[in-house]
Amino acid sequence: MRIKPTLLVISALASALLGAASAFADEVNIYSARQEELIKPLLDKFSDQTGIKVNLITGKPDELISRLASEGRNSPADILISTDVGRLYRAKQQGVLQSIDSEKLTTAIPEQLRDPAGQWYGLTMRARPIMYIPGKVKPEELSTYADLASPKWRGRICIRSSDNIYNQSMVAGLIAHEGAAAAEQWAKGLVANFARPPRGGDRDQISAAASGVCDIAIANTYYLGGMLADDEQRSVAEKVKVFWPDQQGNGVHVNISGAGVAAYAPNKDNAVRLLEYMVTEQAQQWYAETNHEYPVVTGVQASDLLQNMGDFKADKLNLDKLGELNAEAIRVMDRAGWR
Amino acid sequence: MLPIKADIWRWSVLIPALLLAMPVLVVFGSVLSPDIEVWRHLRQTVLADYIINSLILAFGTGAGALLIGTGTAWLVSQYQFFGRRVLQWLLLLPLAMPAYIIAYTYTGMLDFAGPVQSNIREYFGWSYGDYWFPEIRSLGGAILMLSLVLYPYVYMLARSAFREQSGSMLEASRTLGFSPRQHFWKVALPLARPALLTGVALAMMEAFADYGTVQYFGIATFTTGIFRTWFGMGSQQGAAQLAALLSSFVLLLLVLEQWSRRKIRYFYQGQRQQISPLRTLAPARQLLVTSLCLLPVLLGFIVPAIQLLNWAWPNAAVLLTADFGKLVWNSFSLAALAAVLSVVLALLFGYASRLRRDPLVRLPVRLAALGYAIPGTVIAIGVMIPLAWADRNIDLLAEQWFGVRTGLLFSGTLFALLLAYSVRFLAVSLHSVEAGLERIKPSMDNAARSLGASPLQVLRRVHVPLLRGSVLTALMLVFVDVLKELPATLILRPFNFNTLAVRTYELASDERLADAALPALAIVCVSIIPVILLSRTLDASRGS
Repeated sequence: MRIKPTLLVISALASALLGAASAFADEVNIYSARQEELIKPLLDKFSDQTGIKVNLITGKPDELISRLASEGRNSPADILISTDVGRLYRAKQQGVLQSIDSEKLTTAIPEQLRDPAGQWYGLTMRARPIMYIPGKVKPEELSTYADLASPKWRGRICIRSSDNIYNQSMVAGLIAHEGAAAAEQWAKGLVANFARPPRGGDRDQISAAASGVCDIAIANTYYLGGMLADDEQRSVAEKVKVFWPDQQGNGVHVNISGAGVAAYAPNKDNAVRLLEYMVTEQAQQWYAETNHEYPVVTGVQASDLLQNMGDFKADKLNLDKLGELNAEAIRVMDRAGWR
Repeated sequence: MLPIKADIWRWSVLIPALLLAMPVLVVFGSVLSPDIEVWRHLRQTVLADYIINSLILAFGTGAGALLIGTGTAWLVSQYQFFGRRVLQWLLLLPLAMPAYIIAYTYTGMLDFAGPVQSNIREYFGWSYGDYWFPEIRSLGGAILMLSLVLYPYVYMLARSAFREQSGSMLEASRTLGFSPRQHFWKVALPLARPALLTGVALAMMEAFADYGTVQYFGIATFTTGIFRTWFGMGSQQGAAQLAALLSSFVLLLLVLEQWSRRKIRYFYQGQRQQISPLRTLAPARQLLVTSLCLLPVLLGFIVPAIQLLNWAWPNAAVLLTADFGKLVWNSFSLAALAAVLSVVLALLFGYASRLRRDPLVRLPVRLAALGYAIPGTVIAIGVMIPLAWADRNIDLLAEQWFGVRTGLLFSGTLFALLLAYSVRFLAVSLHSVEAGLERIKPSMDNAARSLGASPLQVLRRVHVPLLRGSVLTALMLVFVDVLKELPATLILRPFNFNTLAVRTYELASDERLADAALPALAIVCVSIIPVILLSRTLDASRGS
C-alpha cells in the first residue's frame, strides 16, 4: 500500500511541530508587535538575570490584540508590546490590559508617556519632524506643521498614505489641539501640496526627497536613523536635514513604543518585573538605541546619531488622547482626500 | 433503505464543510447587524474607490494572466522550438514568487530613487520632471505584478487542456478548411474554456484578496479598506461588511463561471487519443517564439530573483544562522501538512458533490471555498472567534463539572493554523480535483457500481488512478500557497514558532528590504522544488 509511508511522514511532521511547546514553571509570555530582532537580546538578558523563561510571539499589533481579546480569560499572554500608542489605546479600550501599580514605572516614565490609568507604559519615544533638502528649502522658511498647508509648498511635500498609524496619530494630535474642523482644513491644504500621491513607507519619502521628487518629507526619526546607520542608504539619508517644527508652540509630534500587562496574565508578577527591567538604565540604553529611538527615562542619553539631529521640545499632550481621536483622524483624512 | 446510507454520507461531508465555512459565515453574519454610521461615512468618501480599484485590479489581473498563460501554453503545447523542453517548466517558476516580494523588488529597481531611473538621469543629465517614466507603484503596476506571478495558474491548466485535445481534432478542422489560426480561435480555445476560466477565476480571487502589494503601492482597495475600517476606525462590523461585499463579488464571479458552461459537459476521452505531433517552426520564427516564452519567466522570476540575490548577498553571512534552518524546516513541514489536509478535504467534497447533487452538500462547500478571496487576516479572525468561543465554553464546563480548567485547547495551536489554511486554500485544491473529476465520465461510475463496487471502491480503484495528476497538482499548489502565506500564519501561530514568510515580513515591515531578501529568497528556493515536481506531474499526465 502506498498510503502507509505517507501516514508515517505526516505523523512525523505533526509530532515534530507539536513537540515545540514545553512547560516551564517560571515563565512570562509576550505578544509583541516589535520584531524579534529588536527585543530578543534584551529578553535573553532578562532571562539570564532572573531565571524567568520568556516565550515570544511577534505579529502585527492589531491582530495580536484581536487574538488576546478572543482568547479572553484563557489567554496565556502576560505582556502586550506595541510599536505605537494608538494600538495600546485600542487594547485598553477592548479590555485586554490591566492597570499596574508600580512605583518604579511611574517614577521612571514621564506622565504624558504613560496611561493615566496605568494600563500601558511608553518604553521608547520617536518624533515625527519635518525633513528638508538644504539648498531647496531654507530652515527660516519652515515653522510649524500648520504652515505645511500654505500654498507656498504646492507640489513640494512627500508623506505616506493615511492608512499608516503614524499619520493617523499625527492628525489626531492636531485634532486634540485645534479641533476637527481646523484639522480637516489643514489636511486639505496638505493634500493639495503633495508632490505625488502617497505611496511607500517613511524611508521611501526620505529617498524621494533626496532624489528630487519633493523638497520636504515627513517621517519618523528612527527611519532616518536606520538609514544613516545603513552603509547602503547613508548617502541618501545624509541629503536631508531635520527641522523641529512648532518649537514656539505645542512642540514636535511624538509617539512611543510601549507595553501593558494583559488582563488575564497568568504570570502577572513576572510581567511587572519584566516591565520594570525595561526601564532600567542599561535596558533603556540598548532598547532605544537598537532601533534608533529616544529613551523615555530622563537621564538616559540618546545615541550620538540621534543627538546629531539636535534637541527639540516634544508635544506634552498625553498620548492617550491620540488613541481616543484615532477614528476621528481617519474620517478627517478620508474627507480631505488623503489616500 | 437508501436514505440512511445517504445520510451518513451527507453528514460526513456536512460537518467538515460547515466547520470550514464557519469563518466565511462569521463574515457574512456581520451583515445582520450593520454598522450604519460607519457605512454612511464609507459611502460618502471612499467606498466607490474601493469597489472600482478592486474590480479593475481583479479583471486586469485576470486578463493579464489569461493572455500570458494561454499564449505561452498554446506555443509550448503545439510547436517545436528552441528551448521548448526547458521553457515548459521554467514558465511555472513565477508561481514560487510571492506577489508582495515581486512588488518590493520591482519598486527597488524602477522607483524614482532606484538604479534604473538614477542611471537614466545621470546619463542624460536630467532631473525630476524632465522626463516621463512609468510609475510602478500604481494600479497598472499592481496589475502587472500580480499578472506576472499568477499567470501560471492559467498556463498550467491551459497546457493540459491543449495537450489533451486529440490530434484527430486538428486534422478534422484542417479538413474543414481551417487555418491554424482559425483552429485556435474556433476549436482549441472554446474546448479549453473550462480550464481557462478556472485558471482565471483563481487568479482573480488571489487579486481580490491581495493585501501586501496594494498596501505597499498605496492603492485603496477592499482589502486595505477592511483593515482601515476595522482597526483604524475600530469598527469590526463595518470591516466585516466590506469583506462580505467583497465575497459577494467573488460569489458572482463563480456563479458566472458555472453558468457560462451550464449546458456544456466536457468529458475526458476514455482511451488515450493520438496526441497531435508538435509542429516545427522555421528558425527565425523559433527565435521569436522562444523569446516570447522567455519573457514572462524573465520578468516574473529571473529578474526579481537576481535583485533578491543582489540584496541578500552582502548580509548573507550575518543572517544565515542555525536559526535559519529551523525556519526553513518549519515552513516546509507546515506547508506539507496543510497541503495533504487540504487535498483530502477537496477529494471528500468533490466526490460528495458528484455523488449527491444536493444543495445541502454543495452550499457549505461553495461557501468554504469562498475563503480564497477573503484576505488571510479576515480568515484568521474568522477562525479565531469560533475556536476561542469553543475553548471558553469547554473551559467553563470543565471547571463547573470537574473543577479543572482546560485553558486553550484549539486557539494558538497548529490546529487553528491548519484550519485557517484549509479554509483559505480549499478553492485551489477543490478546483483542481473537481476539474479532474469532471473529465471522468459518469458512466464509469455507473459501470463500476453495476460491477458491485461500493462508492469507496469506485473512488480508490477508478478515480484515484485517473485523478493522480489533478491530486498532485492540488498538493503542489497548496504547498506553495501555504509557504507564501503570511497574515494567518502571523496571527494564529503558537509561541516561539517562526516561518520564512514571518521573518520576511518582520524585516520588510520595518522597511529593511535588503535584509528581508534572504528569507524571501529561501521561500522562492523551497517553492521551486514542488514547482518542478508539478511540472513533471503535468508532463507525466500527458501520457507520452
